[in-house]
Amino acid sequence: MRIVIAEDSVLLRAGLTKLLTDGGFEVVEAVADADALLRAVAVHRPDVALVDVRMPPSHTDEGIRAALVIHHEFPRVAVVVLSQFVEERYATDLLSVRTSGVGYLLKDRVAHVPDFLAAVRRVAAGGTALDPEVVAQLLVRHRSDPRERLTPRESQVLRLMAEGRSNNGITAELRVSHSAVEKYISSIFTKLDLPHTDSDHRRVLAVLRYLRP
Amino acid sequence: MTAAHAVSSWRVVLHTLVGLPLGVSGFVLTGVLPIGAAYCAGWSLLYAAPGDRPMTGVFVLLAVVAPGLALAAVGRLAAVQRRRFRALLGAGIPAPARPARGRLIAYHLLALFTAPVFAVVAVAAPWAAARVARADTALARALLGPGRRAELSMRVESLARSRADIVAATDAERRRIERDLHDGAQQRLVSLAMNLGMARAGLAGTPGPAMRAIEDAHDEAVEALAAMREFVRGLHPAVLDDRGLDAALSGVAARAPLPVRLRVDVPVRCSPAVEAIAYFVVSEALTNVSKHAGATHAEVAVHRAAGRLRVVVTDDGRGGASTGGDGTGLLGLARRAAAVDGTFALHSPVGGPTTITVELPCGS
Repeated sequence: MRIVIAEDSVLLRAGLTKLLTDGGFEVVEAVADADALLRAVAVHRPDVALVDVRMPPSHTDEGIRAALVIHHEFPRVAVVVLSQFVEERYATDLLSVRTSGVGYLLKDRVAHVPDFLAAVRRVAAGGTALDPEVVAQLLVRHRSDPRERLTPRESQVLRLMAEGRSNNGITAELRVSHSAVEKYISSIFTKLDLPHTDSDHRRVLAVLRYLRP
Repeated sequence: MTAAHAVSSWRVVLHTLVGLPLGVSGFVLTGVLPIGAAYCAGWSLLYAAPGDRPMTGVFVLLAVVAPGLALAAVGRLAAVQRRRFRALLGAGIPAPARPARGRLIAYHLLALFTAPVFAVVAVAAPWAAARVARADTALARALLGPGRRAELSMRVESLARSRADIVAATDAERRRIERDLHDGAQQRLVSLAMNLGMARAGLAGTPGPAMRAIEDAHDEAVEALAAMREFVRGLHPAVLDDRGLDAALSGVAARAPLPVRLRVDVPVRCSPAVEAIAYFVVSEALTNVSKHAGATHAEVAVHRAAGRLRVVVTDDGRGGASTGGDGTGLLGLARRAAAVDGTFALHSPVGGPTTITVELPCGS
């Protein structure tokens, strides 16, 4: 899988390049700011772009804006946004254009190498990967609150669904049986008045549409 | 006035002697000249013989010019007098913001009489020099200075300005530290955790103490990273500048260890300093709730009305909170609110619930 990296810290740029190369990705270019990222994406048309949020010149939300440009201009390029902090508002912006082939993760997550590589692959394949932190923020922002009717276990499952996990992923994470997970999900969908769907991506979409303030 | 105490008696004598000619010229310029000229002009017009017309003309001209001259002299002479006080007695008398001519003229007219009295006492009774200096300065301050009320309001203005500067400087400093940590220590920690993660993943399944050491180091690096993130975000979140208070509070509410209901309605943004303080108030109040209140729920409501930003944090805990020195951080909240002319109110009966209300100026 071909990937472009945009990260202004020299140290992390080198580290991410090594991590992804070892993980079987082909790093076609690693750049230090958003303009260079957009040029690199235009030239290489990678499968996925890994983008830091705070980059020169203003060190605010360059990465988010660049990701939105990529979504609009290169719809086939998936984007994983990485940041020291995740913000619900940035997530809402990112998901406003499309909800597939998009990820938003804390930089902390790169420390768990296999999970991180799996998340990047999932996004590159058209899935989603939202950081648990940002999902928690989205849940806080949800105004009307039928969530209170969810049991703690159901809330956990909803959270994992919003992160983009499949039924198998949720089964592994919670160490419960496959049928139990299916029961939780069915119960959540009923309580939240969501349409029942099978595809992981459409599930995430439904959850997010529900969570969005 | 305090400066006058330290002044040696010969300086007081010199000061009062210099005051004599100044007193005379003040009286002449502001009193004798305009009134005298008007009197002479009037007298000449009424009684002068036809042969004295040129003289009458001169008097009339003088009567017309003298008041303007007097008014021009009032300010200049007052400045000279103030300089005399500063140079010889070390007493700084600030000029009033709006010139109060009446008081200045009164001083110049009075000086004809007070100057010789002060001079005589200072020369004849050197031991009373300090009192002379004090009385002289008090009189000058009252008539040449801005006046008590104006002086206080000037002082309040300058204090308010310097306090706003300090608040802004503190705010800027927090941003700078946040930025430094974000670009420095945080990136290094991410890199460290990533390298340890790669080592751990690469050696997965290898038994032995070396592997355990790597696992421990990796776990600790990840924990350090989370602690650092928590700390840095508490300093000043970048999203606060970028997207405002509403966006920044999501993170605070989500990270609180208890369920928080968040309602924000701030259609217009406040000043950066006020936004930073409001953010700090919510963050600190929720930390406080989770540490001390024993609450199961908290609610944060932020809205703007009538030029004020109102922040209300409520919890269903045990109550009994106070701003006393028990390290609950509530005193810090009250102080930060007060620094921008905000108000802080705590309602926390024993048994709960606790409500913290902070109102901050948010100009319309």
